[in-house]
Amino acid sequence: MFLPDSDDFRIVLTGVGLTSPNGDNLDDFRANLLAGKSGVVPFETRYMPPVLAGVCNFDAVKHQKRKEVRRGTRAGSVAVYCANEAVLDAGLDWENVAKDRVGVYLGITEHGNVETENEIFEISQFDYDTKFWTHHHNPRTVANSPAGEVTLSLGVTGPHLTVGAACAAGNAGFIQAVQMLRLGEVDMAIAGGVSESIHTFGIFASFNSQGALASNEDPTKASRPFDTNRNGIVVAEGGGICTVERLPDAKARGAKIYGEIVGYAMNSDANDFVLPDSNRQAECIRLALKRANLTADDIDIVSSHATATEQGDIEESTALREVFGDRPSLAINNTKSFIGHAMGAAGALELLGNVPAFNDGIAHATINLDQMDPRCGLKQVVANEPRQMEKVEYILNNSFGMLGINSVLILKKYSE
Amino acid sequence: MTSEEIRGVVLDILTNIAPDEDLSDLDDGQPFRDQMELDSMDFLDIVMELRRQYRVQIPEEDYENLITMSSTVTYLTPMLKDVDKP
Repeated sequence: MFLPDSDDFRIVLTGVGLTSPNGDNLDDFRANLLAGKSGVVPFETRYMPPVLAGVCNFDAVKHQKRKEVRRGTRAGSVAVYCANEAVLDAGLDWENVAKDRVGVYLGITEHGNVETENEIFEISQFDYDTKFWTHHHNPRTVANSPAGEVTLSLGVTGPHLTVGAACAAGNAGFIQAVQMLRLGEVDMAIAGGVSESIHTFGIFASFNSQGALASNEDPTKASRPFDTNRNGIVVAEGGGICTVERLPDAKARGAKIYGEIVGYAMNSDANDFVLPDSNRQAECIRLALKRANLTADDIDIVSSHATATEQGDIEESTALREVFGDRPSLAINNTKSFIGHAMGAAGALELLGNVPAFNDGIAHATINLDQMDPRCGLKQVVANEPRQMEKVEYILNNSFGMLGINSVLILKKYSE
Repeated sequence: MTSEEIRGVVLDILTNIAPDEDLSDLDDGQPFRDQMELDSMDFLDIVMELRRQYRVQIPEEDYENLITMSSTVTYLTPMLKDVDKP
């Protein structure tokens, strides 16, 4: 176990692999965030009229055989693509990495619904005779499946697990990596979050029944966090995965360092199945700041969680106003306005899309914000056009989820 | 279906199970597993696809008949002789 005064306690991101509805690598993703380009499109799902969704277009067979794609799940394909891209980006001599010292930690919102729905539909064609239920069901639906597929692809023999954390999962994957690296359980982590959620009709139908599924004649304008005319969530798929290392290891191999995770926190509302709680969210943010030895005034960009639901945006806004006040030098932005809500991948993608700000000094915008909902009343939201910042040293990333799970991560621009 | 048509059905199933492999030189007398990557889950895919496509029920004790293409076609021919080609 490494102590806080040790350099080994310092944890850095050294490789990035991602797929989002508007980009399959960090450069394209960032360019489209700065250009205001949405990735939301019409999408067909079972049993329902067409919906809107954030759909990824990565090349699944870039890092998998076609047989592996067929054998596994969409979440697995997303994870394998992103993990391999991260390893390549990290410049690792992968052949000679000690695979038993690598851990794979992937946040997920849910897993197994896609396969279960598919199989129930399949046996409905056979009078619900379960003899037609596939033998692939169990290996595809065990909860560790996406992380396990990464170990199969990369030959990792260290620990792997998924972190089930609803829509707080992207941050939770990184947090698990930080903890395991600081404990000395592993020497490298492949961590982040993934989502295949658009391939289950249930998530759309459930949000629709809840009155929380976005609709708009123009798909690119459907995801409208903080806007008065928002009408719900656009569900998206995606993945954001990083190689995560202790600083001395990264320095020893001359690694490119994207940023240092200096603070994190997770807590629970203990209040409601669905409705968020600004008090616990604010507590979570303050705890992350405290662990990072920072104050709210140190943060340059807040990457907000807001999903464009009625109450969710109001609660997060209340928490942000309470913690950060009206300080004008703060930039608050929102990635879901471009790509929709990538569920288990959301926290990871939203953090990673902001990381290039350490170099270009730009806070990407929140698009589709025509009129700030006065009940949100946030004055620092970067509306519709990117903002050139005086400095970007600290990014704070919010991710919250159902059953009252909150996660906050603080990333610092790397310096010696 | 004729034996040749049944061979085509089995080959289509194998092609779907092993999409990365070239099966054009498959030797009908040699075990599938000696000529392609075919684990136990893949093997069960053959059984399942025959069940789904043709309602053929293959009991576990008969699995040994599905070792080679020749033995598979021989085994399936009486079961599928009255089934139309898809």
